Amino acid sequence: MKKHTLAVTVENKPGVLTRVATLFRRRGYNIDSLAVGETENPSISRMTIDVTGDDKIIEQVSKQLYKLVDVIKVVDITEERLVTRELILIKVKADPSVRSEIVQLVEIFRARIVDIGKNSLIIEATGDAGKMEAIEDSLKPFGILELVRTGKIAIVRGPQHF
Amino acid sequence: MKLKGAEILLQSLKQEGVDTIFGYPGGTVLPIYDALYDSDIRHILVRHEQGAAHAADAYARVTGKTGVCIATSGPGATNLVTGIATANMDSIPMVCFTGQVASPLIGRDAFQEADITGITMPITKHNYVLERTEDVTRIVKEAFYIASTNRPGPVVVDLPKDLMEKEIEYEPYNSEVSLRGYRVMKGCNYGQVVSASELINKSERPVIYAGGGVIASDAAEELRELAEKRKIPVTTTLMGMSAFPGNNYLSLGMLGMHGTRYANYAIGECDLLIAVGVRFDDRVTGKIAEFAPHARIIHIDIDAAEIGKNVDVHIPIVGEVKEVLQAINKRIETVEEFSEWNQTIDRWKSEYPLRYGASSEGRIMPQHVIEKISDLTQGEAIITTEVGQNQMWAAHYYKFKNPRSFVTSGGLGTMGFGLPAAIGAKIACPDRPVIDIAGDGSIQMNIQELGTAVAYKIPVIVCILNNQYLGMVRQWQSLFYGGRFSYTDISSQPDFVKLAEAYGAVGMRVKTTQEVDGALREALKVTDRPVVIDFRVDRMADVYPMVAPGESLLNMLGEE
Repeated sequence: MKKHTLAVTVENKPGVLTRVATLFRRRGYNIDSLAVGETENPSISRMTIDVTGDDKIIEQVSKQLYKLVDVIKVVDITEERLVTRELILIKVKADPSVRSEIVQLVEIFRARIVDIGKNSLIIEATGDAGKMEAIEDSLKPFGILELVRTGKIAIVRGPQHF
Repeated sequence: MKLKGAEILLQSLKQEGVDTIFGYPGGTVLPIYDALYDSDIRHILVRHEQGAAHAADAYARVTGKTGVCIATSGPGATNLVTGIATANMDSIPMVCFTGQVASPLIGRDAFQEADITGITMPITKHNYVLERTEDVTRIVKEAFYIASTNRPGPVVVDLPKDLMEKEIEYEPYNSEVSLRGYRVMKGCNYGQVVSASELINKSERPVIYAGGGVIASDAAEELRELAEKRKIPVTTTLMGMSAFPGNNYLSLGMLGMHGTRYANYAIGECDLLIAVGVRFDDRVTGKIAEFAPHARIIHIDIDAAEIGKNVDVHIPIVGEVKEVLQAINKRIETVEEFSEWNQTIDRWKSEYPLRYGASSEGRIMPQHVIEKISDLTQGEAIITTEVGQNQMWAAHYYKFKNPRSFVTSGGLGTMGFGLPAAIGAKIACPDRPVIDIAGDGSIQMNIQELGTAVAYKIPVIVCILNNQYLGMVRQWQSLFYGGRFSYTDISSQPDFVKLAEAYGAVGMRVKTTQEVDGALREALKVTDRPVVIDFRVDRMADVYPMVAPGESLLNMLGEE
């Protein structure tokens, strides 16, 4: 069992996300992460789906996805050299006495402060899943008020395109 | 020329060659029904929408054309659901049109609104909600294209009422279908065909395991050529039943849970399994680790997702069954002599034939009724079935001569399928006898369709094998639940003869074995209305052989 990353190109139409999600649910595959958005061609969306399973399960997932009329292409990019990113927004408790400490932490992670409230800060960070976890852990002691993150998006390095 | 959306819909159907649709009117499909009033497309008014779906499904199964049905929004559409799921499981090409509330009302819980595209997403090959009247021609074209190509299946098209009323300039859709995410499969892997042919030429104990894909691909002739050239015994799934003649010397009948002993033994002993248009269903394989344990497996199927889904295979070939078999047939060498393997199978066939005893109650044995039907119609009738014991006995004892003759709900196992299916089949093939082999349980699930058959003077014959039980469930209770017949005794039931007569059909009751032949002969003479025959059969007759679920195929219950 291992985590696979699938790059799935689909028609940018209403209902396509439901079709994909329904297929995963019905066949009993678990989605670890899913992110979707329009591509350079506005009629096409790209989904990045993380799914855990052995090679046989992943092969079935891909084939079943291919059978959806609105799915144009499915590529397992797990073994490729990838750039992967997630975006996280964290609202953390920050009275004036701890602000400078938080600012230092944010700099270490090359994150950004995007809003300052009376007793809180909102921090934006991007990176891979490991970095997201690290930043979350280091901010926990200050008191996280709210946290929201996107799923993972991924692209293959180099000139090849999928 | 300006036309309403509904008129454009019917024009588009005619372009697709549709001559018959099965349906039931209602509020949101009024514009379509108004257009049908002047159309030369024949509309068959059923008595329940489920009947329309099954009739359209059977129409497709016997003709190979795409079946068409229509229902109104909300309850009309949801009544189609079982029929759609049935067609989906058996890969039957069908296009279902559903009415929808007017576009501005969608999502507001309007009267008779149901999200039928959401509901049918997992049980259709694809579905559509019409958003603009301008898209009608394209969507109809695509719907038929998707339903009928590659692995066939049902497509639902949801039609908001206002878009059917709207008038626009009509232009037929003349371009080719172009879908980025859907390509029709052509050809197959040459190298795999060569390897498969070599394996077939070398194998000593081959068996062909043929399924519904052979029928869908119209490849019965190619299958026969393969079998006869190499003298390979052929076992079929329930869905593949009429793909190979039952009286052919090489026929092993059905395999699996209710397979013949010789078919299951052949699977156990074979060194090569040629799986054609099948999906290794659990009812076929039994315990999967012990299925065809000594065999190399060639798997031919149009659907790549079926390869390796349930079993690992040695030579997968993805392609249209007909094309692949033609390619293989060119490369295999003809054998003249019957082999030791053929003789082994002959021995099993004579030692372990399908058989049944006499009734301990002095009643008719249900298997006898089917043997009689098979004899009297010389294997040339179209047989539809309900689901349960009646279905399995039909598969065991009717000797089919021609493909597209056995119409049964294989995958979903839908009770109530047989009567509406018989109506759809008879409308498609008016010159062939059409007989529904029914149980007293399932016939009551769509018995209202007798009304349809009477209204259109459709002479189908319903043979109820009446044991006053939900027989197959009762059989499982006997075998696995200590004979505790929990809610399977349905001896409180209508008088089926009077019921038939109340509808305007012919009703007959047959209580003795001697009367069976005469009643069937009489029923086959009726040409202007349906016939219902209530055969009072042995109450405790069981379907054998049987493999308990999850057991090895070699572990069969019942007398040897």
